[in-house]
Amino acid sequence: MSPPAGRVSPPTQALIICAAAWAVPGAGHLWLGRAQKGISLLVLLTVMFAFGLWIEGRLFPFEFADPLVGLAALADLGMGLPYFVAKAFGAGVGRAVAVTYEYGNTFVIVAGLLNMLAVLDAYDISQGRK
Amino acid sequence: MTSHLGLMLVFAALVSCTFAVLSRDGVRDQAWFATRLFGAFVGAAYVLGWLLYPLPL
Repeated sequence: MSPPAGRVSPPTQALIICAAAWAVPGAGHLWLGRAQKGISLLVLLTVMFAFGLWIEGRLFPFEFADPLVGLAALADLGMGLPYFVAKAFGAGVGRAVAVTYEYGNTFVIVAGLLNMLAVLDAYDISQGRK
Repeated sequence: MTSHLGLMLVFAALVSCTFAVLSRDGVRDQAWFATRLFGAFVGAAYVLGWLLYPLPL
């Protein structure tokens, strides 16, 4: 059962909620008592990210000399801890000749962007707007 | 998994479910919204695919 809308978290707590929501997909919603949403986001976004890596997507480097590569890296980073775990395990190298390379990139990038959207949603909930 | 159609369906399903979870409360509303959004994604992909079929002219 969701808590009633309109309860406003203090700014510091809202920031911590946003950080948690970024680090672990769905954690912000879980924190705010929206268990169904939190667990759904955790499963959906993690599956999407892992699937993208599985089909040979790439975790882009932070090279802003090529703006699209830099922006893709920022989107990848939106995934939070799973991004660092994948990096630590050497995943996301990407194989440009693989037929699914571009699809994998799309899955990984969109998973990161959707997690950023989930962070904003968690912030709105913490401010009593939803 | 190398089928373009299969990958598009997986992508549409995951994105639809995520949008539904974020924008609707209640599992029933979420399921209905995700179903409609999934249909819209797949339908749009088919329509755009056929519209682009003759290109380049």
